[in-house]
Amino acid sequence: MSATATHQITIPTGDWAADPTHSAIEFSVKHMAVATFRGRFAEYDAKLHNADGEPRLIGDVKVESITVPDDNLTGHLLSPDFFDAERHPAIRFESVGVRYGDDGALVVEGDLTIKGTTRRVEAAGTITEVVEDIGGNDRFAIRLETVVDRTAYGLDWNAPLPRGGVAVANDVRLTVELELTKAS
Amino acid sequence: MLILGISGSLRRDSHNTRLLRAAASALPENVELVAWQGLKAVPPYDEDDDSQTPPPAVAELRAAIANADALLFATPEYNSSIPGQLKNALDWASRPAGASVLKNKPVAVIGASTGMFGAVWAQAELRKVLAAAGARVIDAELPVPHAHEQFDEGGAPLAGELRAGLKQVLTDLVRETRPLAAAAY
Repeated sequence: MSATATHQITIPTGDWAADPTHSAIEFSVKHMAVATFRGRFAEYDAKLHNADGEPRLIGDVKVESITVPDDNLTGHLLSPDFFDAERHPAIRFESVGVRYGDDGALVVEGDLTIKGTTRRVEAAGTITEVVEDIGGNDRFAIRLETVVDRTAYGLDWNAPLPRGGVAVANDVRLTVELELTKAS
Repeated sequence: MLILGISGSLRRDSHNTRLLRAAASALPENVELVAWQGLKAVPPYDEDDDSQTPPPAVAELRAAIANADALLFATPEYNSSIPGQLKNALDWASRPAGASVLKNKPVAVIGASTGMFGAVWAQAELRKVLAAAGARVIDAELPVPHAHEQFDEGGAPLAGELRAGLKQVLTDLVRETRPLAAAAY
């Protein structure tokens, strides 16, 4: 925890971009009422602009890059039952405010657009101090997490289970871990 | 615009095949409906046969779907679900998973039965199967109950309500099929 602060770290100024090798955008959802199902998006673009003391975090995710452990499921997730990747090929997040919460957590508020629907969300997490990597470049990391109701974005598919309940929960946990380097 | 009509029934005098013919007489302008006749020839699905050169009847089915702008299914109801041969044909059409001819294909489902419910469960099942295969299934429903009393000797619908229902389904299907400007998000 030495680099991850509960005290408030000043968000570095400048333009920063996520290093895809050391970042991850993942989701998890309760499946069959018992297990947690996980997946991730392999292709995305995330940037932090902090020129005037008002940091802005912007992310674009390519829906088709969704990666889950079953190819049959990938097709279904891209279909109109879920993301409808043909008509809505990208997910976008654009922050409107960055602050520290009472508990010291980094709180990022912003507009999340999925399948053509934009909703205000609040994600909480941590930020690290800037460190110098082996090549002499500055890096820092942000980790954010939020829970969204997928049905609010029109991802409505479900199936009843034979003994009651449904196959997939509505609440989906989104986890974003970004390692940011100076944008060139 | 070309709509491929697929009847889930093999019977020569099928109510659902008749329903498709009735749909052909309720088409919007510049839309053509061609009925697919190859259902009976589709062999049982076997992954061993699902190779680069699939059975001819399957290749024809896939080509017919690929060539159509949209699909209109008319299904009977067998034991609260869709006929096995129709499901079998869809199992073939749905392969390869995630990249099949059904992916993003606009589809409407209607159905007729001689009972009082008009194949509603079969229609719901068929919508589920098509959506899982990645098709763009429109919401419109058209259950046709008492199918043996719905058509005249020439196969034309007797009730204005049925004609209007068919028109509505086809209008919705055509609207879904017209190329929409792709949304960015």
